[in-house]
Amino acid sequence: MPMSANEIVDLIKQGIPGADVEMQDLAGDGDHWAATVISAAFAGKSKIQQHQMVYGALGGRMGGVLHALKLTTMAQKP
Amino acid sequence: MSEPEVFGRIREEIGKNDVLLFMKGTPVFPQCGFSAATVECLSELGVKFGSVNILVDPEIRQGIKEFSQWPTIPQLYVKGEFVGGCDIVREMFETGELEQLFKEKGVSLAKAA
Repeated sequence: MPMSANEIVDLIKQGIPGADVEMQDLAGDGDHWAATVISAAFAGKSKIQQHQMVYGALGGRMGGVLHALKLTTMAQKP
Repeated sequence: MSEPEVFGRIREEIGKNDVLLFMKGTPVFPQCGFSAATVECLSELGVKFGSVNILVDPEIRQGIKEFSQWPTIPQLYVKGEFVGGCDIVREMFETGELEQLFKEKGVSLAKAA
């Protein structure tokens, strides 16, 4: 079973409190997602560290049940 | 606890190639959209790169995720340093940071005119 957008958003928000998460269904199949995550917690961190924080919040699901998640992270709204 | 044996093989590959892409498939025949997109960024800059097809090497497929602490493929290494996956590489390509990084690391670019 692929993960729903709500499940993904909930996990990211649990892991990164106060994060602003926007989801986009890339292929229209409920399985290939793009997420934009905005959080002040990213400030001063490298892109790799920012993405690792999101993967950490997803608790090992990334690369498993969640196989396609295009990730964009930023510390504040552009 | 000692580190997994496969880490040695991964280090060896990274050491042999200034620019190395762990990917699904090969640069000529990528077998995943994310790997294909990453290959495209590197080709566009005219960077010579080595690649490891993780689909034919299950040991590296699992090992590289632990080695980089990164759950997905592709993964790009430049001069031994982990740069990122597809999204980061593409973003860096678009902003010109990727070209900058190669220049700083002394990797030659043969940009198509």
